[in-house]
Amino acid sequence: MESDVQMSGTRERKRVMGDMRTGYGEALAELGSINKDVVVVGADTTQSLKTSLFGHKFPERFFNIGIAESNAVSIAAGLALAGKIAFVSTYAAFIPGKCVDQIRNAIAYPNLNVKIVASHAGLSVGPDGASHQQVEDIATMRAIPNMRVLAPADEYSTRRLVFTMAESSGPCYMRLARPKSPLLYTNGDVRFAIGSSNILRDGNDVAIIACGLMVSEALDAADTLAEEGISCRVIDMYSIKPIDSDAILKAARDTGAVVTAEEHNIFGGLGSAVAEVVCEHNPCMMKRIGVKDTFGESGEHDELLAKYGLKARDIVGAVREVVRAKKR
Amino acid sequence: MMQSQEILRLKEIARRTRRLIIESVAEAGSGHPGGSLSAVELVVALYFHKMRHDPKNPRWEDRDRFILSKGHAAPLLYSVLAQAGYFPLEELKTLRKMGSMLQGHPDFRTPGVEYCAGSEGIGLSVGIGLALAAKLDGKDYRTYVLLGDGELQEGQVWEAAMAAVKYRLDNLTAIVDRNGIQQDGLTESIMPLEPLEAKWKAFNWHVIQIDGYDFEQIIDAYNEAEQTINRPTVIIAHTTKGKGISFMEWSPQWHGQAPKKEQVSKILEEMGLL
Repeated sequence: MESDVQMSGTRERKRVMGDMRTGYGEALAELGSINKDVVVVGADTTQSLKTSLFGHKFPERFFNIGIAESNAVSIAAGLALAGKIAFVSTYAAFIPGKCVDQIRNAIAYPNLNVKIVASHAGLSVGPDGASHQQVEDIATMRAIPNMRVLAPADEYSTRRLVFTMAESSGPCYMRLARPKSPLLYTNGDVRFAIGSSNILRDGNDVAIIACGLMVSEALDAADTLAEEGISCRVIDMYSIKPIDSDAILKAARDTGAVVTAEEHNIFGGLGSAVAEVVCEHNPCMMKRIGVKDTFGESGEHDELLAKYGLKARDIVGAVREVVRAKKR
Repeated sequence: MMQSQEILRLKEIARRTRRLIIESVAEAGSGHPGGSLSAVELVVALYFHKMRHDPKNPRWEDRDRFILSKGHAAPLLYSVLAQAGYFPLEELKTLRKMGSMLQGHPDFRTPGVEYCAGSEGIGLSVGIGLALAAKLDGKDYRTYVLLGDGELQEGQVWEAAMAAVKYRLDNLTAIVDRNGIQQDGLTESIMPLEPLEAKWKAFNWHVIQIDGYDFEQIIDAYNEAEQTINRPTVIIAHTTKGKGISFMEWSPQWHGQAPKKEQVSKILEEMGLL
């Protein structure tokens, strides 16, 4: 586990913003020039997902299947059957939202080399409302054998994970958020591997294990808690399946208290995955921050995070609780 | 005109295939004889006449691909693959049993199987992926997809129908096993498919209608599909569910029911399959 990740302090962090979709699109276009086997399948949202960057560079390897997600996913499976590394992308509400059967039977069961990358996951699609706010994707994808699940925290890690996925044969799902978000990584030496994680801040009193945009909230929470004398370890758990059990257990042993944070239903997501490891091997105090089994609504992303209890202050509250309980 | 000797050879293989289907399904005690029997000639003509393939080298890059989208016809596919030499005929006795390479619906445990079928409506899309990859790689292999007619009620088939035309996939041939029957009854009463030819034509496919038991018509249709350029071809093969076993013919009941083991020799004798 690397703990020497260069990470900027809160104020600086907020100044340098990135965009996961730009990271995805640019990395994909770069990957396309390195590897001729890479093909990209879209479902009408290719400008938004920025896979169009790949499409402009390699039109013969780019297939826009239109508003037909099940078809797009299955065509990607066929391309992979013929030896291609097939990336297929749209909004998470539609892939995996609309085609779990095709992902299960056409991709995961035959263990094909298809990389599903979905944007606008969680509440981050904001004003579009509940129909578009996919808060179940980690749970559905995690429950399918052979499928790996990734949730990068910023543009830089998104970029890196595109290459990581391509190097590892087999199905993989990566969820991205819509809004621009603080760049958390600046060091090119950071390791990104499927099944691994990164400690962004070390601490002894509690471990905050987060994924996606919630990693940034977790870092903010850690800043606040530091002022109260609570020392937080913040782990970017970008690989949710397989999950970095060693890092989780070490954190549970070192701190005795774990808080998870994700922009996903509290059922079946990162919190559940961490709880499975903690409960089976090293039970300790635990709290999960996530959407509490409810549908969202229209609103700005930040307003929604506040209403559904996913802000840094909610993490702060959960940490105080577990730290208090631990002392009893 | 095809040589009559070749037709006789194919007919003999079809006869043996029907027998293997009945025997293996009866031995398994479950399975789908009706939809397996209806498409025998269509698949036999592919594996024993039309397709370029090598049972000794199932993953040969230049082989033609066959996708059984109606995965419940697994006993048909297995009977054909075994006869072609992909695995020993004895394996057929293990169909649907624990530890068998022959799963209830086809998967990659079986040499020669190209696609894990079972969930209806997906196979044509997968075939598109294969056909696109062939064009991309400059390869001349062809992709054949066998669809059930009931399967055409799945909306994804029509998503695929649109996409295959967009990409001018003349290396892709869809075959519809038009036996008119699905699990609950007649397709035309459950959810009507007609006018079926007009539907495919409206999607701009090249459409050929044939008698699904006439080897000459079947092979002519495969050849015509191969010669058709710039668009995909669909062959609507008129068939009979349960074909060859009198009491199974036209019977929805035999969609997913196995004959009893003790009935087998009587059935085969009556049908002249022994």
